[in-house]
Amino acid sequence: MLRAILLIVRKDLTVEVRSRELAYTTLFFAVSCVLVFAFSLVQEGRAAEGVGAGVLWMAIMFAGNLALGRTFERERQSETLRALMLVPAPRPAVYLGKLTGIVLLLAITEAVLVPLVALLFESALLSHPFWLASVVATGTVGFAAVGTLFAAMLVRARSRDVLLPVLLYPITVPVLIAGVRATVAIAQPEFEVDVVRFWLMLLIAFDIVFITLALWTFEPVMTD
Amino acid sequence: MTSVEFDEVSAEDVSRHFGRRRAVSRMTFRASRGTILGLLGPNGAGKSTLLAMLATLLRPSSGTIRYGTLGTSSGPALRERIGVLGHDLFLYPELTARENLAFFAGLYGIADTNARARAALERAGLDNRSEDPVSSFSRGMRQRVALERALIHDPRLALLDEPFTGLDDASTGALVSRLKMLRDTGAIVILATHDLDLAEGLLDHALFLRDGRIVEAMTAPDALRSTYRSVIGR
Amino acid sequence: MPKWFQPTTLLCAALFAISPFVIANAPYESTMGLVQKVFYYHMPSAWVFLTASVICGSASARFLATGNPRHDRTALAAAEMAVLFGLLTLVTGPLWARKAWGTWWIWDARITSSLVGWMIAWAYLILRQYGGPGSEKLAAGLALFGTANVPFIYVSVNYWRTIHPATTVVPKLPFSMGFPLLFCLAAFYLLMFLLMKLRTRVAEQQARLDAIYLSLDEQA
Repeated sequence: MLRAILLIVRKDLTVEVRSRELAYTTLFFAVSCVLVFAFSLVQEGRAAEGVGAGVLWMAIMFAGNLALGRTFERERQSETLRALMLVPAPRPAVYLGKLTGIVLLLAITEAVLVPLVALLFESALLSHPFWLASVVATGTVGFAAVGTLFAAMLVRARSRDVLLPVLLYPITVPVLIAGVRATVAIAQPEFEVDVVRFWLMLLIAFDIVFITLALWTFEPVMTD
Repeated sequence: MTSVEFDEVSAEDVSRHFGRRRAVSRMTFRASRGTILGLLGPNGAGKSTLLAMLATLLRPSSGTIRYGTLGTSSGPALRERIGVLGHDLFLYPELTARENLAFFAGLYGIADTNARARAALERAGLDNRSEDPVSSFSRGMRQRVALERALIHDPRLALLDEPFTGLDDASTGALVSRLKMLRDTGAIVILATHDLDLAEGLLDHALFLRDGRIVEAMTAPDALRSTYRSVIGR
Repeated sequence: MPKWFQPTTLLCAALFAISPFVIANAPYESTMGLVQKVFYYHMPSAWVFLTASVICGSASARFLATGNPRHDRTALAAAEMAVLFGLLTLVTGPLWARKAWGTWWIWDARITSSLVGWMIAWAYLILRQYGGPGSEKLAAGLALFGTANVPFIYVSVNYWRTIHPATTVVPKLPFSMGFPLLFCLAAFYLLMFLLMKLRTRVAEQQARLDAIYLSLDEQA
């Protein structure tokens, strides 16, 4: 099982390094999002109080949605997802392999987004990097956990491009809320550890519950 | 993982419908080790659906498929013994031929993936292009790589959907002898094809399909074209 | 249709017809006056919405586990109930809030959680409608995720506005769990039950029709 996961991740990385399509487009899209938000929200040269956190998470969710769609669109060419369903590895291994790939891709994007947002929105996001990294990591994993399952299950559905956000955003509302609230708490001048810890716990619980649920439902949902 | 062995594949009254459309209707047949079974019929006859069910990608709506004494719930161990060449080739265009083969070899539990990949490419006559991305290959070359990918783990059951599409004469000849070799080593080969002339010298058994049903079954078939015309009527 | 369907429908219609009178006779709530009466429709709607969502979630789980299409039909009917009664809840709520507190919408825990839950139910229906063949299983997966999400949605929305346990913006109403409320609850639950029966029956007939088509095809 582990070998299968590693092989899939390595394959995705190789494909990505060759074409670099996903990384560049996701990154560019995320940055454009931030710009769009900047133009909408910055008034008279100053951003509204605490808006940076919201912008960061919105950009992550929009870019994440795009990345998920593109990743599985690739597997749809030549029906390689079917080929992956045929291998002897337990099928949840395919889910975990793709999940790891998406999380890595989003991590790269976030590495650029966080300093960018901190800069453009004059937000003290980077004041507690360890906490921020934990929050962003757990939030991203939660979002990707649900997103990978949904994107995989929609691969053979009609209208899959528009259905993915329709399904994904309501379900990931807790991730969004927790992420934003925790980030706001981090960026505040008086740093309240308890607040951040509360939201972090929520995110961790979300991750555990939904990854488990996804592992259970992956096979029944993917086989006809 | 303990590997499973089986000597025959059998379908018993197997049907599959999609909503109101019946794609496969009550098919019963058997294929044993060391034989090549052909599925012949026009488009929409149910060949691809049947192959998908035999590959465990689709579940029958009714009826059972058995692999020896095993049912389809045997999961991973069973999948290890099945090789599939689909309509879509199951290859990653951005990866090289060797990388594609090595990737799938690894997923099928083979230890030395690169060596196996190279050997397979040699068999396909493509070892000079092993480091080129598959996207740069012609359709025929891709088909050859896809075939090697399907067979890289020496499956007991080989399911091939239109394997001769896009192949030139030389490759076709190579494929025919490859399939015969596969049969002689004791595999069960089931292939769907339109190419009746080719099928003539190759098949040990033939099933003629029309509208999801088996309309005729032949052993040691010859005069395929006339039989086809009389039975399928198109 | 089973024999009891018609008489029960008449009963339900009667309950709804009588309900305005029952409500009018309910104790006049001092702070909010007449508007508070909307509550007698609002709360049962909310309860039915919640019940329908739970039914959808559990039927979806059973469908994924067993593959029995009966559970799928139940899940679909329940989702439609959830969207319908959720809409009713989300409309009657603001009507009440507007009159009572002067604002159409309040981002409090219950209302917002209901909104998110309602959107998930709606997404379920969109998926079934536009997802193409095989979308029944996908929708079941969504329903399962939605149900598992309920505690997370509630907690996150609850603590969203302030980390301190929310002094709920919607003050606790002194309602007597009295006759009018029970009456309306009965009426609404009966309505839900009847609608679900109707809906699953339609779906069942469709399935039977498909089966007939298929068997005809066989004889050809």
